[in-house]
Amino acid sequence: MKTPQPLAFETEIHEMETIVSKLEQVPAIGGNSEEIKRLRRELTGLIRKKYANLTPWETILVSRHPARPQMMDYVESIFDEFVELHGDRAFGDDQAIRCGFARFGSNKVLVVGHQKGHTLKERQACYYGCAHPEGYRKALGKMKLAAKFRVPIICLIDTPGAFPGIGAEERGQAQLIATSILEMFRLATPVICIVIGEGGSGGALGIGVGDKVSMLEHAYYSVISPEGCAGILWKTANEETKPKAAEALKLTSKYLRDFGVIDDVISEPLGGAHRDPREMANTLKNYLQRSLRELAVHSKEALLESRYQKFRRMGFTLEASTGMTSPAM
Amino acid sequence: MPCPKCKATLYRKDVQAKFNVCPECGHHMPLSARERVRQLLDEDSFEEWFTDIKPCDPLGFVDRIPYSKRLVDEQRKTGMNDAATVGKGFIRGRSVVLCITDFQFMAGSMGSVVGEKLTRAIEEATRLQLPLIIVSGSGGGARMQEGILSLMQMAKVSGAISRHDAAGCLYIAVLTHPTMGGVAASWALQGDITLAEPAAMIGFAGARTIWNTVRIELPEGFQTSEFLLEHGFVDRIVHRHDLRTELASLVDYCEKSQS
Repeated sequence: MKTPQPLAFETEIHEMETIVSKLEQVPAIGGNSEEIKRLRRELTGLIRKKYANLTPWETILVSRHPARPQMMDYVESIFDEFVELHGDRAFGDDQAIRCGFARFGSNKVLVVGHQKGHTLKERQACYYGCAHPEGYRKALGKMKLAAKFRVPIICLIDTPGAFPGIGAEERGQAQLIATSILEMFRLATPVICIVIGEGGSGGALGIGVGDKVSMLEHAYYSVISPEGCAGILWKTANEETKPKAAEALKLTSKYLRDFGVIDDVISEPLGGAHRDPREMANTLKNYLQRSLRELAVHSKEALLESRYQKFRRMGFTLEASTGMTSPAM
Repeated sequence: MPCPKCKATLYRKDVQAKFNVCPECGHHMPLSARERVRQLLDEDSFEEWFTDIKPCDPLGFVDRIPYSKRLVDEQRKTGMNDAATVGKGFIRGRSVVLCITDFQFMAGSMGSVVGEKLTRAIEEATRLQLPLIIVSGSGGGARMQEGILSLMQMAKVSGAISRHDAAGCLYIAVLTHPTMGGVAASWALQGDITLAEPAAMIGFAGARTIWNTVRIELPEGFQTSEFLLEHGFVDRIVHRHDLRTELASLVDYCEKSQS
């Protein structure tokens, strides 16, 4: 299999992939000779080794890979049906957040997610996954509808951040995110949030309050982008400071699980979700099915209480009275 | 001292007597949490809560200096443990829970301590069925040095506010200069009533970020209290001198009915 658009750190992998695929096409050698099999094994080992030790900055690059599956790709591959619901009833229909009812197996759910777009045209229409206030208003409206009929909600998070622009500020970017975060604590139905790519700050959290919050292995979730962080701390975001910032922010799935911020790390196919979108979709589908089953047994009250307690525990403080560093509480 | 706005030469004492409002042009300068308590609450009525919660450095964050060192420096400079002061007091005889984020301490940014203190105070307000007032002043919003944990404080505090609201209690948000980023995108804009001091900068994205993204001139008065009032996100702009009276009056209007 050939890597789509290799990343900078994948040069070695890419070179070997090119050799293998060229050799495969030579009829005299054939696709199954011992030599090719050996090379394939070596290539797999190389990818495995590289991807087991990605630096935080490399993780960021993978999470932003242009061929990485996006929300609408998962909608296509996981669900049997998607009935899209448009519009925020106040201003417009933000293309950076898409919502709709979906079925898979015997489950019916509402899917809400950021869409970044694959083609240039699509990317421009949805501002590269950066939602405006109307996107959050739309999402909240549909989530309330789902909660009314106790339809579980699945939020697929993938945004560099909420859109920073004049119109967004005029129409209350901060207000709509604030409202959405608060109201999500009241949705009386199971809510599962998965960071599938980029978890960019408030723009991610705006649809990120749930009973389960998990991440794909090579996704990131951060209070600020490494570029933004580097710009503030080292005055400039360049090839040296961005990786430093990514490192300092501890924004990868492993760290977040250790901090108690996410429940699970969902493993990706060898070499990242973009190398095998179908396998990724299957893994995610199984995870969602399992989570829905787990959450279905709880009463509405128990669900809301544990959702509250989940976020209530987050953070680390030092209490003089106990002298302990512990998760808050 | 010169007024940062009109440049008039002022006596520090005169400025302090007016709670850091310029006597010449009315410019509102930052006010420390201690002074804010004195401005808003009846004399000696403040019972401060959770004073022994201190910050730590869960990420081991190092930029130009380590975060742990930065914290010690800030604590020495301000005499505070962290940016939030919370507790209970009286506004002209009305019992309220008051939370303040102090701009002096790391620009009033929100880390685990701010989130934890606010959450506990709000939970207390809910338990005691008291009105809640949060005075926000935060330049950067979430505190970068605590990474994702500071982002999660937005959710944590919001959860507590949703319960305070569900219990039928009043929350008045007071926005002061500046209230930006994650603080604006959470508790600062979740009030039943939103008040703002004049000419405070309030918004989600910083002006530089917006400029870098859209590359067009930002309109005059962009992201000020007046801008938010005009666009419908603030109930009233209140001069610092009138804030106490206004708060007392609003608390009366929203008193829980006994029936």
